[in-house]
Amino acid sequence: MSRAEFGSEACYVPATKIIAQRSENWNMGNRHIAGCQWACVTFAMVLALLVTPPKIAEGQEQPLAFIGARLIPIDGPEIERGTLIVHGGRIIAVGDQQALAIPAEAQRIDVAGKTIMPGLICTHSHVGGIGGADGSGPIQPDVRIFDSINVRDSGFRRAVAGGLTTLNIMPGSGHLLSGQTIYVKLRRGHTIDDLLIYADDGWLMGGLKMANGTNSIRSGGGPFPGTRGKSASLVRQHFIKAREYADKVERAAGNPDRLPPRDIGLEAMQEVISKRRIVHHHTHRHDDIITVLRLSVEFDFRVVLHHVSEGWKVADEIARAGVPCSVIVIDSPGGKLEAAELSFETGGILERAGVLVAFHTDDYITDSRLFFRSAALAVRGGMTRSGALAALTLNGAKMLDLDRRIGSLTPGKDADFIILDGDPLSVYTKVLETWVEGQRVFDRADSEDRLYAVGGFGAGRDQEPYFCCFHEWMMRQYGLSQQQITQQQD
Amino acid sequence: MRSISPSGTGLVFRSTSQVDIAHAWRALLFACLVAFAVCNEAITEAQIAVRGDVVITMAGEPIRQGVVVIRDGKIAAVGRFGEVAIPEEFEVISAAVVTPGLIDAHGTAGLTGIFNQPHDQDQLENSGPIQPELRAIDAVNTREQLIEYLRSFGITTMHTGHAPGELVSGQTMIIKTVGGTVEDAQVVGQAAVAATLGPGATRSSGSPGTRGKQIAMLRQELIKAQEYRRKQNQPANDNGPPRDGETTASARDLRLEVLAQVLDGQLPLLVTANRAQDIASALRLAEEFKIRLWLDGAAESYLLIDEIRAARVPVILHPTMTRAVGEYENLSFETAAKLVAAGIPLAMQSGFEGYVPKTRVVLFEAAMTAAHGLTQEQALATITRDAAAILGISHRVGTIEVGKDGDLALFDGDPFEYTTHCLGTIIDGRVVSSIRR
Repeated sequence: MSRAEFGSEACYVPATKIIAQRSENWNMGNRHIAGCQWACVTFAMVLALLVTPPKIAEGQEQPLAFIGARLIPIDGPEIERGTLIVHGGRIIAVGDQQALAIPAEAQRIDVAGKTIMPGLICTHSHVGGIGGADGSGPIQPDVRIFDSINVRDSGFRRAVAGGLTTLNIMPGSGHLLSGQTIYVKLRRGHTIDDLLIYADDGWLMGGLKMANGTNSIRSGGGPFPGTRGKSASLVRQHFIKAREYADKVERAAGNPDRLPPRDIGLEAMQEVISKRRIVHHHTHRHDDIITVLRLSVEFDFRVVLHHVSEGWKVADEIARAGVPCSVIVIDSPGGKLEAAELSFETGGILERAGVLVAFHTDDYITDSRLFFRSAALAVRGGMTRSGALAALTLNGAKMLDLDRRIGSLTPGKDADFIILDGDPLSVYTKVLETWVEGQRVFDRADSEDRLYAVGGFGAGRDQEPYFCCFHEWMMRQYGLSQQQITQQQD
Repeated sequence: MRSISPSGTGLVFRSTSQVDIAHAWRALLFACLVAFAVCNEAITEAQIAVRGDVVITMAGEPIRQGVVVIRDGKIAAVGRFGEVAIPEEFEVISAAVVTPGLIDAHGTAGLTGIFNQPHDQDQLENSGPIQPELRAIDAVNTREQLIEYLRSFGITTMHTGHAPGELVSGQTMIIKTVGGTVEDAQVVGQAAVAATLGPGATRSSGSPGTRGKQIAMLRQELIKAQEYRRKQNQPANDNGPPRDGETTASARDLRLEVLAQVLDGQLPLLVTANRAQDIASALRLAEEFKIRLWLDGAAESYLLIDEIRAARVPVILHPTMTRAVGEYENLSFETAAKLVAAGIPLAMQSGFEGYVPKTRVVLFEAAMTAAHGLTQEQALATITRDAAAILGISHRVGTIEVGKDGDLALFDGDPFEYTTHCLGTIIDGRVVSSIRR
């Protein structure tokens, strides 16, 4: 069975009925790749075995009408005094306060003077005390980040305090391929399973983390690359191997006797080759960015470029490739050679070139509580306001294949939204409440929530965070012990 | 629009959008002037007057439609436009908001370079835990890109030097953020001796390996310095103080000499301490040896407000946005507000960054305090007037007053707002940055 280019809807189409769809958003062209029946069989089996995945919260039986706020729907013009109605975990209606009829049974909530917009989506986060690939090699697609996440880590509380409702939690950049990422909703959960996002066919949604440039290069030999040329050759060889595996599976046509021995790493790669799993690729320098584009063409995989410190130098090339960018905004350039020309202007330059742009926190590189700041500094650097706000929400959803479900205040989408006390791009504005699927998960008026929002004694993390690139200086700076440093080295 | 005055009744910053429309022509004029000025060394030395829709002097109420006249590098007049005479030959540039040149009360730029490679990282010497003899002046690269970057955000003065990370890592100095040589940039050649308490300055093998050992080593070294000073003040024959040319009892020791300066009160001890117990240790040490203490970092200082106030110790607070991890895990965005409310002298800093961002921008860090409990005036004071007072350079910088250095920062709106731009930076009457950033 063949499956066409991804699309925003692809993940929601039952695996048995996958149809050709082209993305309206990424415009990746007509790349077409054979999928594999075996994978579909696997999906079906997984589906059958799964207990029904966490669905939209069922507790919200009464409609809630938030009345009088300025609404920023993202997919339409701002509404100065609007009403948002949610029910059953979904958005039911969005409109002008005067025009919108409120169901008689709805609970009315006065939010006059406030601002409501969709929950923020971070396309690149490291919260949860995560640990992905280890030191055994540079390419480890078998590793799933969700097997490592501490759902009680205070990083999650900070994230909702910052208005984030969906994250792509990723392993680090110290490997060419450091494992499978996971997309999570910031529901209040007891285990990571409570936070996971499933496609309609039961597929556990996530991407694949890759990196090039200096972070994944290690001196001293061993299995890790020492140069950029070697980095690319290792990746190419691995994709060739993955393709061969996928071909074998396809040729087996479901016959168990002909299937190759299961390899969980290559199974994940197979999902990349079939374009279901998106590659999230750390890359900074202009030539490293181009290398990613070259490999994505050669092996025909879907990719989001992450960080893109020098993306402003090759904005037209990125635009022509139709590849989206998730941009990091950092207070100053430098810290490593490939970030020495990082600029606040990157977001605006990419936007003007026609690239789909999102931002990310890279938490713990920047704090999830300050995510609005990334967009605001990009506006300072020349990006449009509407583009910057979309880059915190809908554009990120597109990069995670979740835009049918989240990213805008649109009837039918999940009731993931935030209530602010002012303009989202002002330093003085605070997130008052964060709602996920119709449930309030953060309330600044609550003293415990407030502790995580502003900090203070007891707001400390349960685990040391994963630093994307080990640097002894960073550990020293934060007063971490030698033992902690050793634990972080991979 | 937000009030700049603590009372809320004073002048207001103009919004960026208003400024953009109303002052586009001014921005253009400014850009032209700056372009001309930067290209022409003779002009950059010329006399200059700066108009502001609001001039925030930090010495009294902000002046609406104000003007600052800078003659020969010093502020010659400040007042309302039309009431202050501007000599005809003076260049006049304008901005929506004019503030004193900003002061970064503690950073490492200049010793720390943008690339984070061994050749541009001179902020920490790891060969020993106690090396107060290391001078900042021997290590600062005033042409460092990070300094240029900070300058473009209106930062004109910075206290830089050896970083936290060793028990006593070396000295610090105060510079202007422009200068071909460190001598050109120097404001204070020896500002403080930098020390660090807590796990950030322990070693996995060797000493100090624990907090207790840190204090033991520091005390022992300071006692040695007391002894050294006593001996230095005695002639070899122990018959009264040494006369000119007379040899003293002990050979000159740079390390103990500097610690003796600390004991004499000539140099403050800048102690980076974040956990409450480390802050308490710093206060105890200062009390025992009667040394001037600048408390640095101070993430958990909100737990020891009374003790810090009683000790009359100023705080140079960690960057508000530093990562809440390790000994910073309990940091609060509201610490600055709590310290100021308690009357504790406070300045903000860019701190030290080991990775990215390679430096923080103290303007942004102060902005976060304005968003979390400080008034805008109080927040601005932490990077102007109050920072100058703590660093002992109030006679030169920190406010816009006649006789002080002609250091100004120009903005197109509320300096703290994310989307405002710094339009230019003036140091000693020279336009040293004209990047709209």
